[in-house]
Amino acid sequence: MKATDQKTLICYHCGEDCQEEIIHFDEKDFCCTGCKLVYEVLSENDLCSYYEIADNPGSSQKATSGEKNRFDYLDDREVIQKLLDFQNEVESHITFYIPQIHCASCIWLLENLHRLNAGIISGRVDFVKKKVQVKYLRDAVSLKDIVRLLSKIGYEPRINLSNLDKGKVVRSDRRTIYRLAVAGFCFGNMMFFSLPEYFSEAELIGEKFIGLFNYLNVVLALPVFFYSSSDYYKSAWLALKNKSINMDVPIVLGIFALFFYSLYTIFVLGEAGYMDTLGGLLFFLLIGKIYQQKTYETLSFDRDYKSYFPMAVTRLVQDSEEVIPLARLNVGDLIRVRNNELIPSDSILIEGEAHIDYSFVTGEEVPVVKRKGQLIYAGGRQKGTSISLAVQKSPSQGYLTDLWNNESFEKEKVHSLESLANRTSKWFTLIVLLIAFGSLAVWSFSDLSIALKAFTSVLIIACPCALAMSTPFTLGNTLRAFGKSKLYLKNAAVIEKMAMVDTVIFDKTGTLTEPANASVEFVGDELSRETRQVIKAMVNQSTHPLSNRINSWLVGEKRTILDQVEEIPGKGLQAFCKGHEFLLGSSDFTGAVAEGGKKGGNQVFLTVEGQALGYFFIQSGLRKEVGRVVSELGQAKSIHLLSGDQAHERDNLQRVMGDQVHMNFKQGPTDKLNYVKKLNRKGAATLMLGDGLNDAGALKESHVGIAVTDKITNFSPASDAIMDAEVFGKLPAFLAFAKTSRKIVMASFGLSFAYNVVGISFAVQGLLSPVFCAILMPMSSISVILFTTVTTNYMAYKKGLTKTEATWK
Amino acid sequence: MEIIFLLIAISLILAVGFLFLFFRAMKSGQYDDNYTPSVRILFDQKTKSKKNNTTSTKSK
Repeated sequence: MKATDQKTLICYHCGEDCQEEIIHFDEKDFCCTGCKLVYEVLSENDLCSYYEIADNPGSSQKATSGEKNRFDYLDDREVIQKLLDFQNEVESHITFYIPQIHCASCIWLLENLHRLNAGIISGRVDFVKKKVQVKYLRDAVSLKDIVRLLSKIGYEPRINLSNLDKGKVVRSDRRTIYRLAVAGFCFGNMMFFSLPEYFSEAELIGEKFIGLFNYLNVVLALPVFFYSSSDYYKSAWLALKNKSINMDVPIVLGIFALFFYSLYTIFVLGEAGYMDTLGGLLFFLLIGKIYQQKTYETLSFDRDYKSYFPMAVTRLVQDSEEVIPLARLNVGDLIRVRNNELIPSDSILIEGEAHIDYSFVTGEEVPVVKRKGQLIYAGGRQKGTSISLAVQKSPSQGYLTDLWNNESFEKEKVHSLESLANRTSKWFTLIVLLIAFGSLAVWSFSDLSIALKAFTSVLIIACPCALAMSTPFTLGNTLRAFGKSKLYLKNAAVIEKMAMVDTVIFDKTGTLTEPANASVEFVGDELSRETRQVIKAMVNQSTHPLSNRINSWLVGEKRTILDQVEEIPGKGLQAFCKGHEFLLGSSDFTGAVAEGGKKGGNQVFLTVEGQALGYFFIQSGLRKEVGRVVSELGQAKSIHLLSGDQAHERDNLQRVMGDQVHMNFKQGPTDKLNYVKKLNRKGAATLMLGDGLNDAGALKESHVGIAVTDKITNFSPASDAIMDAEVFGKLPAFLAFAKTSRKIVMASFGLSFAYNVVGISFAVQGLLSPVFCAILMPMSSISVILFTTVTTNYMAYKKGLTKTEATWK
Repeated sequence: MEIIFLLIAISLILAVGFLFLFFRAMKSGQYDDNYTPSVRILFDQKTKSKKNNTTSTKSK
């Protein structure tokens, strides 16, 4: 063994430092029993190559709950039916979403599931989507057993209610690729047949070939015109029906002009048409579209409360328990909620002691104590012993789900911030039509045939191909740059909105504060070395957030061996060491009272043999970057703070954040929503940062809602963007970059306008030839793509957004 | 020069054939996941060679 005792040992399974306990097993070190268990299962089945493919491939097993019957709902036939992809007499297929998949070892293990259970036929991993399709024999193994097995080896699939409601996933991106393939095929061949036309000495080949080539071009143009471009027709038609103009209207105008004018020249005049240009146009447009789709395929954002709530609940029926799907839960039912389970609906506590962790709802992770007869809102997580509840409202009508169903969620945001491209295209279409009709009018005095030619040429050449592509490529590259720095946007429209933001609203708990940054202070006499060691050993036994904070405060302290430790849920810890009784916990529990104690934080009392030594004063700390971020943003934007807490921290916050911040305390979820509404009504472009379900309304209502989360894979409320909490300090850079990318879009608009001006100036003179079109069109498209891609990536690099190493600190 | 007619016909048929093959590959899902297979191909070799090793040592 290479690691010595001084060094921190690394868990053989998950690669984390073994801080709290070290388990030696089979000459290897494990950080917790969970990790050891996984290793045992794998070694029994001779699957230890798992550890050879990648170093420490597992994920930590500390946080997994061990409830045995939590998968019981998978016995329910209805649930199974909804989850399965396919089923026949012999086998069933199911696809699991497993967020833990992260390395080659994961793929290897999950594709060798059949060696762990003979009933499983095969597993097939899609690494990028983090999905596994498992095929199994229906009679040999049940779905529940498979899920249990996966959970046992550390790959618990995520199954939730929204899985049940899923419809057939439409493969729309495939359809676009088919369209692209057809367009590309036709474009390539049409270029061949148009080649003689490019070198206009067509006589080289002879008349009959020219005719044939033109007719072949028409045949090849048909699939492009009718199949590849059909999406553009639909979109343009929808826009016109709603009496507006979008980007696709001028595109359709160009397609029609190209196609029909070419038909006219080929069949009536017997000359070459512009069919190859039509093919090229669609080919480039569809490439832009696919690129756009690819960049959006990242995270799902419209998760609603259903993906957070559990799939099933334990119902009590005449002293016996049964597990039912959540949908069958009725008002008045008695349910049992165990340690670490979620409260599925607003209910009244009947029996037991409730310590509800509302960290998801409010961001505060210290559990709240509830007494018998009190109402408990859905969304909390029970910590401690199991409790019985009487359901008061069905899960779809609780207090928090009401918030989801607030009207601001119902309608799409109709804000005045219309996308730049659509606004431009309105003007663009108008101007192009004006020029086209203008040249028609001017020429018709002298020569009607030239007038007609000039009219159509303007429509052909002015096709906003480059215009349509500059936006998706610039914004797509911006999305990628943001994604590299761990800010994930829902779509490209968010970037434009981010560029406009003039008001920034922060939620306090969980967004500005960071549990790991908590300030811990011991109020009382100085603690002796021995006492500190005893406390370290005690808090080590507990997973309570306050224990964790004290634990990290006592970093570097050694642990004494205790005779006995017991955690009394919701109260504290009791330990015996060398005959002395140590109590650590709440005031009631220890019997100690704080004299003139500090307020605004949590107090954890310590008594030895009934004698109070003092208390730990724990306050959630602000993130380090808060001061800098606020002062940087405050230069051009107004800053607001919404907090659900009492106002006692005002002074502290004001010191860090400065005076210009508008602070509001005691804000409930609806207050936050209304506050944002009020600002919006005043004409502010708002950016809201929040983390919990209680911010959901405000996040949705604001122009840009960013959900801040410590774990990207965790649930976060519906929002426009998800931000990893560790890059909080980059917020000003993100907003600045959004502005830059808007400028790049405008610059590339300028570029494509320049092409259009050149093209149109030829077109109005009636000088447009197929060769000219064939050169100018692709050239403008390609140069615009190059320009936007290069500048966006360069600017991102300059702003330090693509360097991932920078986030390591 | 008339041979060009034939050549054009052949080239078009070939091109349509490729388009059809691409469609078929697309339908069969070959392009759905273009990362995992690159990892998978390495495993197969590894596990097989291991098995061979163990059996060969046993037979000795």
